[in-house]
Amino acid sequence: MRSTLRLLVIGMVACLMLGIITGAMAQVKLNGAGATFPEPLYNRWFYDFSKQTGMQVNYQGIGSGGGIKAITAGTVDFAGSDAPLSNADLTKMPAPVLQIPTVGGAVALAHNVQGVGKQIRLSPALISGIFLGQITKWNDPKILAENPGANLPSRAITVVHRSDGSGTTFLFTSYLAAVSPTWKSQVGAGKDVKWPIGEGGKGNPGVAGLIKQIPGAIGYVELVYAAQNRLPVAAVKNRAGKYITPSPASASAAIKGALRLLKADVRSSTVNSSGSEAYPISGLTFIFVYKQPAANAASLAKLLRWTMSASAQQTAAAYQYAPLPADLIAINSNLIGQIH
Amino acid sequence: MEATYSAGLRPRPQLIISDKVFNVLLGVAGAVVLALIAILGSSLAFGSSAALKVFGWHFTIGTNWDPVKEDFGALPFIYGTLMSSILALLIAVPVGVGTGIFLAEIAPKRLAEPLAFVIELLAAVPSVVYGMWGIFVIVPLMRSLQEYAGEHWSNCVLLSGPPVGVGLLTASVVLAIMILPFIAAISKDSLQAVPRTQAEAGLALGSTRWETISGPVLRYARKGIFGGIILALGRALGETMAVTMLIGNNPQITASLFRSAYSMSAVIANEFSEATGDLHTSALVSIALVLLVLTLAVNALARLLIWGVVSQSEGKAA
Repeated sequence: MRSTLRLLVIGMVACLMLGIITGAMAQVKLNGAGATFPEPLYNRWFYDFSKQTGMQVNYQGIGSGGGIKAITAGTVDFAGSDAPLSNADLTKMPAPVLQIPTVGGAVALAHNVQGVGKQIRLSPALISGIFLGQITKWNDPKILAENPGANLPSRAITVVHRSDGSGTTFLFTSYLAAVSPTWKSQVGAGKDVKWPIGEGGKGNPGVAGLIKQIPGAIGYVELVYAAQNRLPVAAVKNRAGKYITPSPASASAAIKGALRLLKADVRSSTVNSSGSEAYPISGLTFIFVYKQPAANAASLAKLLRWTMSASAQQTAAAYQYAPLPADLIAINSNLIGQIH
Repeated sequence: MEATYSAGLRPRPQLIISDKVFNVLLGVAGAVVLALIAILGSSLAFGSSAALKVFGWHFTIGTNWDPVKEDFGALPFIYGTLMSSILALLIAVPVGVGTGIFLAEIAPKRLAEPLAFVIELLAAVPSVVYGMWGIFVIVPLMRSLQEYAGEHWSNCVLLSGPPVGVGLLTASVVLAIMILPFIAAISKDSLQAVPRTQAEAGLALGSTRWETISGPVLRYARKGIFGGIILALGRALGETMAVTMLIGNNPQITASLFRSAYSMSAVIANEFSEATGDLHTSALVSIALVLLVLTLAVNALARLLIWGVVSQSEGKAA
């Protein structure tokens, strides 16, 4: 009698567990990996998405390089990357890949100069001069010329950059290569570069931390980190000659300004774009997905269409990312329609 | 290894078999460890073959690290790793051995036991926490020190450099704090293992307390203390997170202690995940291989040193 009861209990537990396991398996789960720049936003997006549709999406911020390796190996459904794939890179992929820009972002020049009295203004020549190590003091005549009436100290400028490879570095160095021929030949653009001078911080938090600790420091961070750490940011002179403060709106304006190029190729550079309100150091982050994914094609398309929705793009703005302009969303919808 | 049993005391057959099984299992465990080391070495060698094919052995003396132009050289990182570890040892060995002597010989037992526990707790603090603490506490201190040095000793090239705060010396100081508990704990254990007769012999010959400790007692414990120092050096060579947060991450070789540098483990931790391009990845694996070889070489050298010193002293005693 006792052994039958025991058998019955074991049987019921087994059935229950089987039910739970198969239930979990029946739920569609998408896996993605890649860039850490959009990771905070993607985590929020995928949480909202799972609430609305019940589909679980898992994203690991292992870096753009890791994401590209993962999707090449087929271990993830989609990859996140700040740098698009060039035509040469595309030939190395095992199957045709779609590159869909999901959101934009601004790279802010945060600094630790106190008592200036007004926002510091920097022109492209000043920024490249500082990061090349040619301008070494805050009260250099070139900086004073750009900032009349500002109380700039005679402190030495300490440059802070990223020690790890990142899309933020890629965006910033792309900007410097676009505005400074010296930078382009001497250093170049990339996720990792040979910095002429400066201290290296690990990750955006590392750079922000170093800027906070070192008086007279200047460095580049994603906008959200400057905001969270309450670091003063510089206004950068754009192509139209206006000094623009980084913000989701000014980054969106920059992307809008580059629409003509983006319509031809979504991978076009958006730095130093035209547009009177454009912030010059703005860029897009991409999701790579196969045109004919091995599995979950419909779910992937559903996810990507959801990220183009108004509510998702509004969430992006709340997280200090730049929502995409309507024309770019239309281009993306075309691209997403190609997934089958 | 077969256990031999005398005829009258032969155990039951099950116990002989269980002995054999036990021996085999232990043998397998040892073989697994050796196999892991072999796999580690061979996979590093395989991964670094691409970069070494391009650069050859000049990789270890090259000073340029340029991911965009794909020119790589490991010398700044080798310098950074070695210098930060040596500086850390220079700070930690006197303090650590001194602490060990204090705990083993001088402190009253009521003080020694809680103090030893607290020092061993230092070893349990994660590396990242040391890095963060270093940024908030040591970096401002180092900056004040640099400003002072800049005013009063501006001629000394060892102390030159703008007062930034992060740099070789900052990383070395925090590394010293991290390796201190190893040296202190092992020194204390080595000194406590010295037989009382050694100390009593010294006292009987009229030595003062200090002469007894620094003479017969310390000489007897020397082997163990050196072993502890090697262990600490091994930890310092491989330490990653705290170093990368405090060393400034600038691949340069300068004479100044205050300027920033870069270490091998730091560059691997920083650049590996985003390293696109096979040459860049391969160069980083080559740095890992260089680090492995360096660690093994330093350990081997230190062991030779102990062996030489100990056999010398034993020879003198004989």
